[in-house]
Amino acid sequence: MPKSEDQPEYTIEVENLHKRFGNLEAVAGISFRVEKGQIVGFLGPNGAGKSTTMRILTGYIKATSGIARICGISVASNPHEIKRRIGYMPENNPLPQELRVREYLKSRACLKELPSRHRGKRIDEVMERCDLTRAQDRIIGKLSKGFRQRVGIADAIMANPEVIIMDEPTIGLDPHQVIMIRDLIASLRGKMSVIISSHILPEIEMTCDQVMIINSGKIVGQGTPNELREAFINSTIYELEINGDLTNLRDSLKTVATDLEVTQFEEADERGFSKVSIRIPGNHDYGELIFSCLAGNSLIRARSLRKRQAPLEDVFLAATRRSWETLDKGLAKKQPSSDEIPEKAEISTAS
Amino acid sequence: MRHFTTLLRSELWKLLVSPSTYIAAFLFLLIMGFLFQLILVDYASDPKEENPSITFFRLFFVPVFFMVPLLTMRSVSEERSRGTIETLMTTPVTATEVILSKFTAGYLYYAVLWAFTGCFHILFYSFVQEDSLFDPYPIIGGYAYIAVSGTLFLSLGIFSSALTCSQLVAGIASFSMVFGFIVVGSYLEDLALPFISRPEWIDMLAKHTDVLQHMRDFSSGIVDTRAIVLYGSCSLAFLFLSILILEYREGAS
Repeated sequence: MPKSEDQPEYTIEVENLHKRFGNLEAVAGISFRVEKGQIVGFLGPNGAGKSTTMRILTGYIKATSGIARICGISVASNPHEIKRRIGYMPENNPLPQELRVREYLKSRACLKELPSRHRGKRIDEVMERCDLTRAQDRIIGKLSKGFRQRVGIADAIMANPEVIIMDEPTIGLDPHQVIMIRDLIASLRGKMSVIISSHILPEIEMTCDQVMIINSGKIVGQGTPNELREAFINSTIYELEINGDLTNLRDSLKTVATDLEVTQFEEADERGFSKVSIRIPGNHDYGELIFSCLAGNSLIRARSLRKRQAPLEDVFLAATRRSWETLDKGLAKKQPSSDEIPEKAEISTAS
Repeated sequence: MRHFTTLLRSELWKLLVSPSTYIAAFLFLLIMGFLFQLILVDYASDPKEENPSITFFRLFFVPVFFMVPLLTMRSVSEERSRGTIETLMTTPVTATEVILSKFTAGYLYYAVLWAFTGCFHILFYSFVQEDSLFDPYPIIGGYAYIAVSGTLFLSLGIFSSALTCSQLVAGIASFSMVFGFIVVGSYLEDLALPFISRPEWIDMLAKHTDVLQHMRDFSSGIVDTRAIVLYGSCSLAFLFLSILILEYREGAS
């Protein structure tokens, strides 16, 4: 059936994916889709199943059940073909220690079936993009962590794949290098679909179009950073610079909301202005109301007011906490009541 | 098999730039030179009718015991422990290409090392009395046996390496398998003596697995095709098993 023009083209499609290692269910029914040219961030605590999901997508490990497709090709039935369409940088970025940067990239270009006439030019190009030109003749084993990470990224983007999967690409990099890699990943937007996992949450927020929070093998939150904020953070925070008493401020803001929380987070400066935060339950725009309240109170002088977005860190913590609570409740339901245990013990003793 | 040459080139290059390659080669040639000298000293004090080259080839198992594990234990297990197998197997290469490239690189290195021992025979024949009869056939036969048996020993090593991520375990497993094949194979009849009613098939099997007898035959100019079939088929079987292990563990297509 031909696709309609407004229907998005998905390069990654995952449906009800499961991966079991013995008794441990590392991936427990994950489903998601990534549009062509989109950058997706995987967030989750250690052991959440991010790396396992990425490895299944690359065809390196097989899923226990479920469907994973790259550019419409099933990973399980045609893993060889999908390897031509992906660029992968694994966790910890393993590289051969004894080769020089250029030698390594050259052999990778051959393995990735880059036409020989374009090979040299493409290697120069990726080295330039990853700022590796000055280190091209250095032995990989003697490179700093930052340079090694860049070699891994250069390898991943080498063959211009349709899908790039990078497991913690910015780990161990200094702020300059993080910005460089972030810009590099951002420059791939629209051309390639990129999946990255990271623990550096502001970086995910700045780079990714879509964020997936994974915990205990399940997706516990999915959407744009703003959509996730709306779903998991049920309050609005304003930051205010005021000259006046906090009790007065609380009294005058009662008309905005009854259960708001006012806290001073910075002492008053030489002109008497201190910084306070106002947390109001619910996701609404209270800016105008706060302004009118402050204008009506002559004892308080306000200098600035701004709405603060909850950091992605708060979203991440809220999402994982909620999934753990659900998991705990599920386990509590499964556990036998205290009355049943002695009976069972008696039966086993008797037998 | 389009990536075979790329992988082989990469494996050979890794061998060339690794200091352990040269240390192993030095150790091998030192031991073989020492053995050859001992044989010549023995011949000088007690002349024998048999060509010293034949006696030299009969000691082929001494370097095989340590060279094969040293050469092959790194091949797959090192890639696995470093994690580079993950980047390798997520490119469009097949497990067959990976295993065959590692085997071929190891085999070429093994062959080059043995080829160096050819200098011993050249030196020996250039210094013997002029009226001595030069018989090249035991040397050709001996090297032919080394070439044929090398395929099996190296495939055993690659198989051991494919089983584990520890080089040490791979080395011990490789040594045990090579030792088992040479020693148990050669003395199967003697090992079966405690059995009162020894089954007939043990005698039949012992005739075919006597590695030392195969060497004696080849270095005497007897090329037994049954031995060639044994080594060829066993090496293919172990390479096939290595490919299966890699496919199973690393999910290659």
